[in-house]
Amino acid sequence: MSSRRSRSRRSSNSSRITEEQIVELVSKLQDLLPEARSRTSDSASASMVLQDTCNYIRDLQQEVDDLSERLTDLLATTDMTSAQAAIIRSLLM
Amino acid sequence: MNRKNYTHPNPNPNYTSNNSMQSLHFIQALARINRAASKPTTPSCRTKQIRHAAYSSMAYTSGSRRKWSRALLIRLRQRQRLRARRLLTVRRRVRIVTPAMSLPEEPARAETLRRLVPGGRSMEYCNLLEEAADYVQCLRTQVQLMQSLVDAFSS
Repeated sequence: MSSRRSRSRRSSNSSRITEEQIVELVSKLQDLLPEARSRTSDSASASMVLQDTCNYIRDLQQEVDDLSERLTDLLATTDMTSAQAAIIRSLLM
Repeated sequence: MNRKNYTHPNPNPNYTSNNSMQSLHFIQALARINRAASKPTTPSCRTKQIRHAAYSSMAYTSGSRRKWSRALLIRLRQRQRLRARRLLTVRRRVRIVTPAMSLPEEPARAETLRRLVPGGRSMEYCNLLEEAADYVQCLRTQVQLMQSLVDAFSS
């Protein structure tokens, strides 16, 4: 819904994005961060949320790299076809 | 594109149909990588292939709906083409990018976020926040997916 609002604002030729929209988006971003990083105060400054988001993204990307390495080792030793059905079932259920 | 209706109930609230698409795409890619094991590949090459599959299944699931997924798909295809020609020696290449007009109230950290989110350099601050939220969600799903695969394979 907020995206529709911002789109109509853009089309009206003024790039005036309201402060409330920014605050709303920042709080939405804050909700996504894991509990340990989210500040308890509601009035967390935008730059703190951005910093936490940057750190979180970096951590997630690092985890993707680590898990890729572990998957490489595991794929080499496991017979994919026999485990595939069980895995897909467990993931989709 | 019509959505498939899953007839069985989904007791796990963490897995939506989008996540299932992402899981299937990634697993299919893994199976392809495994089948191509007839060609001798080094483990580090395999790791790169798996990493590539992870990011591409993320990008394909969001498709063209999101700017970051479009930018990521372009970047992955470029990398694939360069790797096929074995020209990928430099990690960072020259990019012609129209920088976004930063708002005066935009915090300094936004620059780092722009670098982390694919395609973030030319986004307006408002869009950057939205795209970052979506990117974080997709990344988290991918990490959960890979973690459960690792757990399943190692048991």
